Amino acid sequence: MTGHSADLTRRSAAELAALVASGDVSAVEIVGAHLDRITEVDGDVHAFLHVDTDGALASARAVDVARASGQDLGVLAGVPLALKDVMTMAGVPTTCGSRILEGWRPAYDSTVTRRLKDAGVVVLGKTNMDEFAMGSSTEHSAYGPTHNPWDLERIPGGSGGGSAAAVAAHEAPMAIGTDTGGSIRQPAAVTGTVGVKPTYGGVSRYGLVALASSLDQAGPCARSVLDAALLHSVIAGHDPLDSTSIDAPVPDVVAAAGRQDISGMRIGVVRELTGEGYQAGVQQRFDEAVTTLVGLGADVVDVSCPHFPYALAAYYLILPSEASSNLAKFDGMRFGLRVGDDGNASVEQVMSMTRATGFGDEVVRRIMLGTYALSAGYYDAFYGQAQKVRTLIARDFEAAFGVCDVLVSPTAPTTAFRLGEKLDDPLAMYLNDIATIPANLAGTPAMSIPIGLAPEDGLPVGLQIMAPAMADDRLYNVGAALEAALLAQWGAPLLDGAPALGGAAA
Amino acid sequence: MTTRTVEEVVPYDDVVLRYDPVLGLEVHVELGTATKMFCACPTVFGAPPNSQTCPTCLGLPGSLPVLNGVAVESAIKIGLALNCTIATWCQFARKNYFYPDMPKNFQTSQYAEPICVDGFLEIQVETDEGLKPFRIEIERAHMEEDTGKSTHQGGSTGRIHGADYSLVDYNRAGIPLIEIVTKPIEGTGRDAPEVARAYVTALRDLLRALGVSDVKMEQGSLRCDANVSLRSSPDAPLGTRTETKNVNSLRSVEHAVRYEMTRQAARLNVGERIVQETRHWHEDTGVTTSGRSKEEAEDYRYFPEPDLPPIAPAARWVEELRAGLPELPAARRTRLMQEWGVNDFEMQSMANAGALELIESTVGAGATPSGARKWWMGELARVANDRDAELGDLPITPAEVARVESLVAEGALNDKLARQVIDGVLGGEGDPDSVVAARGLAVVSDDTSLLAAIDDAIAADPDTAEKVRGGKQAAAGALIGAVMKATRGQADAARVRELLMSRLS
Repeated sequence: MTGHSADLTRRSAAELAALVASGDVSAVEIVGAHLDRITEVDGDVHAFLHVDTDGALASARAVDVARASGQDLGVLAGVPLALKDVMTMAGVPTTCGSRILEGWRPAYDSTVTRRLKDAGVVVLGKTNMDEFAMGSSTEHSAYGPTHNPWDLERIPGGSGGGSAAAVAAHEAPMAIGTDTGGSIRQPAAVTGTVGVKPTYGGVSRYGLVALASSLDQAGPCARSVLDAALLHSVIAGHDPLDSTSIDAPVPDVVAAAGRQDISGMRIGVVRELTGEGYQAGVQQRFDEAVTTLVGLGADVVDVSCPHFPYALAAYYLILPSEASSNLAKFDGMRFGLRVGDDGNASVEQVMSMTRATGFGDEVVRRIMLGTYALSAGYYDAFYGQAQKVRTLIARDFEAAFGVCDVLVSPTAPTTAFRLGEKLDDPLAMYLNDIATIPANLAGTPAMSIPIGLAPEDGLPVGLQIMAPAMADDRLYNVGAALEAALLAQWGAPLLDGAPALGGAAA
Repeated sequence: MTTRTVEEVVPYDDVVLRYDPVLGLEVHVELGTATKMFCACPTVFGAPPNSQTCPTCLGLPGSLPVLNGVAVESAIKIGLALNCTIATWCQFARKNYFYPDMPKNFQTSQYAEPICVDGFLEIQVETDEGLKPFRIEIERAHMEEDTGKSTHQGGSTGRIHGADYSLVDYNRAGIPLIEIVTKPIEGTGRDAPEVARAYVTALRDLLRALGVSDVKMEQGSLRCDANVSLRSSPDAPLGTRTETKNVNSLRSVEHAVRYEMTRQAARLNVGERIVQETRHWHEDTGVTTSGRSKEEAEDYRYFPEPDLPPIAPAARWVEELRAGLPELPAARRTRLMQEWGVNDFEMQSMANAGALELIESTVGAGATPSGARKWWMGELARVANDRDAELGDLPITPAEVARVESLVAEGALNDKLARQVIDGVLGGEGDPDSVVAARGLAVVSDDTSLLAAIDDAIAADPDTAEKVRGGKQAAAGALIGAVMKATRGQADAARVRELLMSRLS
């Protein structure tokens, strides 16, 4: 382990891209440093389900060759990235954290994957996640949990705990997550990283294995607001393969991340997303961050979104309903696991045995909930009512954005809890997403950025910024301003205070 | 397990004396778009299994649908031609159920908001009392995707039950379908089977005229499910219905409805109730057998398709499509009746035989309407019937028929020779002129050789010749026949008669 390699894994994506572009460091060297780091720490963290060493090095070499031959390089060319295992990548295993997809290698790239490749980004491998993105702790992965780099006995959040932990543990400078109810933002909050859920339709869902089609959205995970913006700009934009993709210019998030002036900006603190149920240290750091925003010249006001308390209930009807249908295709007929095909069993029996074996408990729970909610006689009372709540929540946002430019709240009600602590209590687990779910229901963009450590446990706290649809740039504007102010207060990035990893590495 | 494959039936006349039938017809049309409903895969029929597939129509994880705009256009055209209201806003819904030939285990269809509603189709029904007009009310026409096709290997039935293994071809999965559903068809009485057939025929002709589908029932691009129920009288509440599937020809539509009426009547007569179920029509044995019971209504858990935005056809677009509709069969029929000087019944026969377009093309190629009609409705209809084929599928073109007719008009062929020419064309011997040349077919117009044959005939049968001389003209037929036989049919019979009479006068 050379000091030089260690240094490279501490660099930002923007810096690494500049090093590659200038020719000071080769992409192969950068990727090699990160592969070494993975070897060193991932035995403890378990952020990755699959490391594509050969593919990553080949991609890195291609970037170096392109640079040597004077070709234009993408904005993030040569920068390594960790891809959540819910995104397809041709020839590379995609499991979604489930046994039912064990061994499946898709023949096609997701649009996000293709855009990353086109930009010269080097995919290191696929990251761990709660099975089919159902969970808030990554404990529901069929391949074992990911550990929080801040405390290996604690959860890294979920469902994208692998992506957040990989970034926090310096195994990759950036990662792709997907956020259906908070799966990018809550892991970012509990690992001290930055995570963004773009506007619904801002990033193509083609090749994202669907959990809940009307809620899913892929987005960037990084250690800084600027890095997140750079990654956002690479993956966003209209895609004719996704009919829900927005055909409009992508907001200039990179420019916004360079603007640190928020004086006069109207920032609303959502009354319903603070106070009771929020850990004291989380609330304290949040209040301090709001004070910092005031200090930066923002016009902070108290805002009520009266229907937000119903968001969780509506979400846990809409999500399982869509999931029960989206996950019907996993039947052992065309790909993935097949169980019980002994020549005697009927096709229905094989489907049934495959699904019973291949799906974990949380997946089965949500399929059953969704099947029930969509059933004749219950549809109006459950799915129908939930959609009405969804409309009311969208109206709450509209009203709030009538008086505010952005809204803020704590990202998650608590810091990282202990592995196993909430595994037997689904309702307690679901409450982790109470502040993040409204943005998914409304399709609006939101970001989590680290705002310090909770005094009582020394673990990271995240602040959520929410903006109107297609105003993703505001997230980066406010995020960059707050990030700079906090960095000035702290004197060093928050992650520099995380414990060293890899002492026990084999 | 015992299955009752042959059930009791009662004579049809007894059925209609005691019961009033109510029909409901669901027709699935595969659109003739170049690509599938939600992906860019081609739709060519008969391609090698699974050669026309992609992640989307295979339902692979992460794939997403993109709506085929031409399919929406076709759906609107169909709706307009069926006098439907075109929805100003509609959406797709997922119909959830597990089946191995359905890649996603849900079908993307339309449910509460179909694109076309409340239309009608005017049809002419051939009955014992002549042609009767009938108006079929259309409930809805909606867009959906086809499933893959399973073939079950081994076992005796070809059905999934008892098969050793099954193969699935996903080429058909995702082909655009329009499902056209009638309202309950009441008031047909004893004509119910003919009404069903006439409706599907009229619908087929309409769809063909619109150019939206190749409407080939034998290839499955037009499929009919027939719902049939009986009640004691037109005032009684609707009886329990059965839904008969696998009805793959126009004739089957009629026969399946008739069979199902006789089967249901037999049950009702002995006080049994009708089981609400899906039944399968067997073309070979002419019966339906029980399929899936629908007593426990299947719950498809419909909900709006979140992967596709709603569709809101602009009024202006709909009006453009309306203005661009081609001449529809009813209007065309009226025009052709005038142009060809035929009556309603003759026109109906031609339409029923699928001959209208062929005759029109033959006329277009230079034949007279009566000449064109004579060949298509006569000799060619007979051949088609013998071969159990559609007229349009015979290997002869309207231009070739027109050429045969012109050779007859010129006097180069007589009808008998013309039939031989057609036989040659159908047999792949080439175009009419080639067949004439190769077979040496030509009317013998040389009087010298005809007179020699006539003299031979008179010599061979002097008694008959004497009768003709005595004024018994009807007896001449035998002599003319002998001459025709001697000239192997190549003589002009009229000329033979002329020469014979002058010889014997």
